[in-house]
Amino acid sequence: MAGARASVLVDALRAAAIAGGLAFPIVALRAEPDFSNKLVLEPRWSWMFAAMALAFLVRLASAFLPRRAAPAAARPRDEAAARRRGRAFAVFGLGVIFAWPFLVLVVAGPSGALKWIDNYGVQILIYVMLGWGLNIVVGLAGLLDLGYVAFYAVGAYAYALLATHYDLSFWLCLPIAGILAAFWGVLLGFPVLRLRGDYLAIVTLAFGEIIRIVLVNFSTLTNGDAGIGNFATITFFGVPFNASEGGFAAVFGLDHSPVYRLVFLYYLILALALVTNLATLRLRRLPIGRAWEALREDEIACRSLGLDTTKVKLTAFALGAMFGGFAGAFFAVRQDFVSPSSFNFIESATILAIVVLGGRGSQIGVAAAAVAIIGGSELLRELDVLKRFLGSEFDPTQYRMLLVGLAMVLMMNWRPRGFVATRAPTIALGERRAIGGDLVREGRG
Amino acid sequence: MEVFLQQLINGLTLGSIYGLIAIGYTMVFGIIGMVNFAHGDVFMLSTFIALILFLALKQFLGIDSLAVSFVVVMVASMALTGLWNAMIERFAYRRLRGSFRLAPLISAIGMSIFLSNFAYVAQGPRNKSAPPMLTDVIKLTEGGAYDVTLSYKQILIVVVTATLLAAFWFVVQKTSLGRAQRACEQDAKMAALLGVDVNRTIAATFVIGAALAAVAGVLYMVYYGVVNANDGFVPGVKAFTAAVLGGIGSIPGAVLGGLLIGLIETFWSAYFSADYKDVAAFSILAVTLIFMPSGLLGRPEVEKV
Amino acid sequence: MSARAPFLRIEKMSMRFGGLTAVDNVSFEVSRGDIAALIGPNGAGKTTVFNCITGFYKPTSGRISMAPDGALPDPAAIDALTRSGRRHRDGLYLLERMPDHEIARAARVARTFQNIRLFAGMTALENLVVAQHQPLMRASGWSLLGLAGAPSFRHAERAAVARARDWLARIDLLARADDPAGALPYGDQRRLEIARAMCLGPQLLCLDEPAAGLNPRESADLNRLLRAIRDEFGVSILLIEHDMSVVMEISDHVVVLDYGRKIADGKPEHVRADPSVIAAYLGVPDEEVAAAEREIGA
Repeated sequence: MAGARASVLVDALRAAAIAGGLAFPIVALRAEPDFSNKLVLEPRWSWMFAAMALAFLVRLASAFLPRRAAPAAARPRDEAAARRRGRAFAVFGLGVIFAWPFLVLVVAGPSGALKWIDNYGVQILIYVMLGWGLNIVVGLAGLLDLGYVAFYAVGAYAYALLATHYDLSFWLCLPIAGILAAFWGVLLGFPVLRLRGDYLAIVTLAFGEIIRIVLVNFSTLTNGDAGIGNFATITFFGVPFNASEGGFAAVFGLDHSPVYRLVFLYYLILALALVTNLATLRLRRLPIGRAWEALREDEIACRSLGLDTTKVKLTAFALGAMFGGFAGAFFAVRQDFVSPSSFNFIESATILAIVVLGGRGSQIGVAAAAVAIIGGSELLRELDVLKRFLGSEFDPTQYRMLLVGLAMVLMMNWRPRGFVATRAPTIALGERRAIGGDLVREGRG
Repeated sequence: MEVFLQQLINGLTLGSIYGLIAIGYTMVFGIIGMVNFAHGDVFMLSTFIALILFLALKQFLGIDSLAVSFVVVMVASMALTGLWNAMIERFAYRRLRGSFRLAPLISAIGMSIFLSNFAYVAQGPRNKSAPPMLTDVIKLTEGGAYDVTLSYKQILIVVVTATLLAAFWFVVQKTSLGRAQRACEQDAKMAALLGVDVNRTIAATFVIGAALAAVAGVLYMVYYGVVNANDGFVPGVKAFTAAVLGGIGSIPGAVLGGLLIGLIETFWSAYFSADYKDVAAFSILAVTLIFMPSGLLGRPEVEKV
Repeated sequence: MSARAPFLRIEKMSMRFGGLTAVDNVSFEVSRGDIAALIGPNGAGKTTVFNCITGFYKPTSGRISMAPDGALPDPAAIDALTRSGRRHRDGLYLLERMPDHEIARAARVARTFQNIRLFAGMTALENLVVAQHQPLMRASGWSLLGLAGAPSFRHAERAAVARARDWLARIDLLARADDPAGALPYGDQRRLEIARAMCLGPQLLCLDEPAAGLNPRESADLNRLLRAIRDEFGVSILLIEHDMSVVMEISDHVVVLDYGRKIADGKPEHVRADPSVIAAYLGVPDEEVAAAEREIGA
């Protein structure tokens, strides 16, 4: 017994030593330029010792805590009740989402509401839509696309350029942006879709980066890094959102405020996202949607059943791209500015993280993950007050991607199918029962 | 002619660095069939470790001799980066070996995001400029339109790369570790039954891959003199391109691919467009994977039905 | 038996992987209404032959001609099609020129796999509906009519479900229609995979070791199912099997492979007595068998 205890201690000390080794140069010593721009090391040994102590304690605790028992066999749940609860929750959630701008207007007033509608409303809904769009490709068809942001960029630039050069309205540009993005989806998808899953991921990443680099360097068209701005002409069915005589506020006898445009944008992106969702739910129950899921389950079996897997993949790729294009056009009109820096790999990775963490194939899971990740990073921004205690160098938003990356690793190890792991059948003779995540496969890979 | 010769020298230097990183990709792919997406960020981490150790030797121990600090930094960076990669393998990938094929890739993408932001948080967003070292050059041609130079740094990079590759080749070909690695590549289950410690062999593969990336990291820090938390992604993708071009799973292929990518990049920049030099690498990656997935020296893969 | 005309002909087919010759110059025929068995020791190249017929591998050389809806025409007509460079003409198909999914769809060859390949996360019913993708896709107007909820699509979908339900009833899985395929017992999965292949509406059904891992009762059920498939649906069957009781009981025609070569071809009772077959299974060289036979005066 004493020997066992000693070995636990040795083990914990070893964990502390490893943590120390990991933290030693990069955490313990920070290189900062001094006044003559020469790098000088600022020791922060306390950080390293904190990491070591943490590793020691965690290791010690894990030795004394009882091992988690093997998960008990799934209890027969009252599925009907669970579904009723789920439906009630969905109705409540939709209610809150529809009423959100008015709720915050009432609570925070027109000027205080701006941030809440924009950062916590529009921003999150864009990612919900992007997540749903990518979910078709990754979640249903099982194709890992690391360059999804390329189609978002195609949509955004399509609108920006058409509006700048031809003065086209948003409503005309929206479908064009979607079609162009779908076209690019087919163009890029066609040569790569017969690749193995992990190669496909890397090639889509390469395409995404190529498109970004071209946007940066093809300045005669895109104006390079400086981007394109001041083109957005979103109107309330012909009524502009400005302070003029014929502006929205004047026409409706209201005081001029930027909040009306924002509320309009909120409902616009909400409508776009819901269209994406409804289309996906509908497509899932059509032969094409079943073919996507069958493809994710087993590509070889699909081919033996006469499915042209390249075509099946292309439709998923093109449709996902199309919704990305719609979202891009919306992004452009909302920002009234587009530049290549909005379309880097981190953006693709964030959207992928939303789909992976939410649960591939699950619409509600993806939406919840978008709220958690995007809302969470907005909340981190609020933590700026901590600067007072941790020094002005402390930037809480830096921790956002750190946490997202960590969450992806943990989720893969702990619950590889994401929060909502079950799959709902698309057709049933009797009652539709959810299928456990352990049976659902994840693409041939 | 002068431009050509100069670009040849520059390309081989850059290619040596890519080749060293590419080995890490190719070995991990060979042994567990996984695209180790985070490897570029492990390389980036090693550039930071190298820079800080280099500064620390000077600031805290007052060591001024370049040769001494170079050797100390090299050895310590290899060890510390190896430790990092061993822990990454242990906590991010090991449990996913039996999982679906994309699971370790997604985990590695998460790890890549984590590592670059970890360096960003720990060391700040700004570029860190290392003090200049080994600035002497040898003029190879003079009097022409353009002096062709060979810097001491470039000699150092090529010599160190060649030496370490030779040592590494010895390990893989002649030692029991190399034998265990090849056994695990063929059939991990059978290797385990025959008494090979599979976990340990895979961990060792990660450590060796990271150690070679750390060599590349030290050389990169010496050559460019600047490190940044974002500098893992693009060199990582280029080194992966090198591994794919050479034939993923093949170690000589990784070195060959690294040199080719280095040469292509420098010549592309010199003769075509420096703005689009990353496009060249990304295009080669896409084209190789689409048309020649087994690369130059790799074995073709037969789909199991 | 003579009424049964050949409708699939494999001629001088070889398949090499690098230096390894998995199938070496193999020729045989399958006649309409036959249950043909492909047997041979492990590694004899049986599955490779399957993969070549179903298009998963492209044979290194040789010709595979098939007339799904009739009988093969005379060799001159097949040669003419070969020379024309086309894939098919007048209901005659050259399978070695076609991609796998086209062989399944146009030449109507369905198959199962040695290691069952069901869509494990989809229900048994969904598995059978996916197999009816082609007609459903057409009925859904490439998804546009389907999105609009057109009655013609609803009708087609009901028909597909009815067909699936029929097959589920036939393989005794109606009660488990809404369970995920991956949760079914092994024997049920084997039968479900056969039913899924049948939902494709094939003329030729290729089964890769359908009886592997089945207990004797399940094995007997399988024999009944296969006979029903032939007799009721007029579908010919080509199967790979190790279980000799299955082979001898149900097959009309047996082809034996050894080391990639065909060593015997004929009726089961004829093949069973063939010394080279015995030698292949017992691992004795042909000359020794011949010598032994001389000694005992056989």
